[in-house]
Amino acid sequence: MAVALALVFFWVPLEAEQGFLQKIFYVHVPLAIVSLCGFVVGGIFAIAHLRTRRQVWDYRSYVAIHTGLIFGVATLITGSIWAKGSWGHWWVWNEPTLVSFLIVFLLYATYQPLRFAIEDPERQARYASVFAVTAGAFVPLNFIAVRASTAYVHPRVLGATSNLPWQMALTFLVSLAGIALLFTTLCKYELTVKHTRAQLRALRRLAEQRAGTAASASPRPRARSAAPSVHATER
Amino acid sequence: MIAALVAELPALPLHTAGKYVAGAYVVLFALLLSYVAIMAVRQSRIERELAELLAREQAAAAAEPEPTEPESSVA
Repeated sequence: MAVALALVFFWVPLEAEQGFLQKIFYVHVPLAIVSLCGFVVGGIFAIAHLRTRRQVWDYRSYVAIHTGLIFGVATLITGSIWAKGSWGHWWVWNEPTLVSFLIVFLLYATYQPLRFAIEDPERQARYASVFAVTAGAFVPLNFIAVRASTAYVHPRVLGATSNLPWQMALTFLVSLAGIALLFTTLCKYELTVKHTRAQLRALRRLAEQRAGTAASASPRPRARSAAPSVHATER
Repeated sequence: MIAALVAELPALPLHTAGKYVAGAYVVLFALLLSYVAIMAVRQSRIERELAELLAREQAAAAAEPEPTEPESSVA
């Protein structure tokens, strides 16, 4: 990320039309790409969960989608700021890329309430996985549909119509790699924290059982949560 | 040395577009910082619970009577 920032602000030449404003491109587009990839990865993990029934895949899918949503928020905000600076409006409704991203974002925004609405952890994980697979398949379809549309107001970054000079393309790729690494690190961080918490709970239960307290006789009921339950032994 | 390096760097054209670019990058870092702060709070809660558990286990171990050595039949 540091290398990307240095390249963005001190190395890459200014774009002829937008000038300094175009610097937002190096953060906005990688955020959007990584966010959408996060949703697709969440769908792939959900397939693994449905195939193996191992809770750890459900949790990986949850974390990928959750982090993708955070990156999605950042995409929408940075995109709005760019639109305001470039087009004079915070939001343009007749622009397919913006609207399609918003649709995908809103679709995934229902993921957490869906999980929270189901109390039984098994059923919650299963339904969430089905949702993640279906919505994950929708993401590339949506991407293709938008690219196939005729309105080319939104600049194309990838493909034959991009015409990016090599300095800009290199800076963009470094930014993309930085944002992707950030995404992976945050996912790993959240997975580690959740797993440590599960291990701590297991340790506490073990200690209570050893002490022979009344609480150990019956396991504590799980508090209702949108987050999946992780077993201490699963990783 | 840092001052010399900064003097060599090209000046950023922060006239009209500067506020938008700064806004976009600040939003990203603010979101990132909030996320890390939330995770840090969770982590510190885990640390506190772990310390509690350790203290309880140490207290329980101290309260347990020490096992006595079986007396040897050989005088």
